[in-house]
Amino acid sequence: MTVFYHFGRYLLFLRSMFTKPEKLSVYTQRLFTEMVAIGIGSLPIVILISIFQGAVTTVQTAYQLVTPMIPKTTIGIIVSDSTMLELAPTITSLVLAGKVGSHIASEIGTMRINEEIDALEVMGINTAAFLGLPKILAGLLMVPILVIISIFLSEVGGIAAGHFSGALTADEFIQGARSTFKLFTLQFSLIKAFTFGFIITSVSCFHGYYTQGGAIEVGESSTKAVVYSSIMILVADYILADLLLK
Amino acid sequence: MIELKDVHKSFQGREVLRGISTVFEAGKINLVIGASGHGKSVLMRSMVGLIDVDKGNILYDNRILDFKDYEQTREIRRDIGMLFQGSALFNSSTVQENVEFPLKMFTNMTKEERIERVNFCLKHVNLENVNSKFPAEISGGMKKRVGIARAIALDIKYLFCDEPNSGLDPITSRVIDNLIRDITEEFNITTIINTHDMKTVFDIGDNIIFIYKGDKWWEGTRNDVKTSHNKELQDFLNASYIV
Repeated sequence: MTVFYHFGRYLLFLRSMFTKPEKLSVYTQRLFTEMVAIGIGSLPIVILISIFQGAVTTVQTAYQLVTPMIPKTTIGIIVSDSTMLELAPTITSLVLAGKVGSHIASEIGTMRINEEIDALEVMGINTAAFLGLPKILAGLLMVPILVIISIFLSEVGGIAAGHFSGALTADEFIQGARSTFKLFTLQFSLIKAFTFGFIITSVSCFHGYYTQGGAIEVGESSTKAVVYSSIMILVADYILADLLLK
Repeated sequence: MIELKDVHKSFQGREVLRGISTVFEAGKINLVIGASGHGKSVLMRSMVGLIDVDKGNILYDNRILDFKDYEQTREIRRDIGMLFQGSALFNSSTVQENVEFPLKMFTNMTKEERIERVNFCLKHVNLENVNSKFPAEISGGMKKRVGIARAIALDIKYLFCDEPNSGLDPITSRVIDNLIRDITEEFNITTIINTHDMKTVFDIGDNIIFIYKGDKWWEGTRNDVKTSHNKELQDFLNASYIV
């Protein structure tokens, strides 16, 4: 029953955001600030994990495909497709759930325990919308962009690892990647990124917003934000795969 | 003027407010006193709309504060300024940004006009040259004064102060009390203060309400407090070592 209670509260929290903004220019300014925080702020970690993700996948795929019966371009096919279908959107989002999610929950949670949210509320501001909406919109816009960057850098990492390990040349990798490329694979990846971006930001805002207590509870909210975002990402990952890849 | 009509509030079956009715007049300093845990904070949070009451009405110049009527509640709240116990300043914003925030949100002032208004408000609370400082860089008393400046940045009609002197030394407490009194008189606002500080009661209180076990136990002026025969009120005063 507790699950339904919290899920209901989460839906009500989302619904309470959709009111007329008190001042659009302030919301727009906040949106850009959040886009920088989520997008630019997460770029270094996304660059790092993407390059290594592509490199490791290439080396491991090459290790498994030892038979000369299979052309080396197959490595490019596997790495490219698995990057777009799963690794880039899901791994990037799970990392972002840790980085962005915990940041959002602790930021809003601290504002809650310091009565800053009450102060906003007393001013007549819709606090759920003011604090949550810019973050959620920024997540919806920036996570897909980060995933596109991740896909590109994973391919670069894969090509580099193939070249340095002697598993396959850059030409073989690219030839393989291009041979089975379907636009839908990329679209599917972006649909996932869009969904995961919403999950990370909305779940984290929810946990931060309903923080009660002190410093320990802020930490708990932050942990819950990461854990529940990650679980919801994995569940959504399966549902989307099941719905869209049949 | 703020009017409370039979206000009730319970938490998990425990009645915290038991039908409080009173009137807080404009241009006066109304003090709500009482021991901790007797419902003062719940009453104040109910009055500013942070807690929805179970029964009864809260009227702001005949406008009902009703959670179901979101727009009306929003309109009323724009006439409210509140000084929180912990100041509740935005910690990652400077003093300038804190005071400027309501102006940015609810007015169409230009940047220059906003700066002028911020400086006017800060001057009113005897703070100057602190605009670029962050809350962590100023003292507790200064934080309270910034909180007051932020509360009066818009032309408010009602000022709520939750324990404005808590954690302050006696001298700074008197400074804050005097500021609240001056602002109330100058802007003719309805001021409501939750306090334990009996010096505040005798210095600036126009109308005093004593809350006991969630009930309005006694009401009168500061002169009446000393001569009241209400046992619980006298016990409270004696415990404060003032009378």
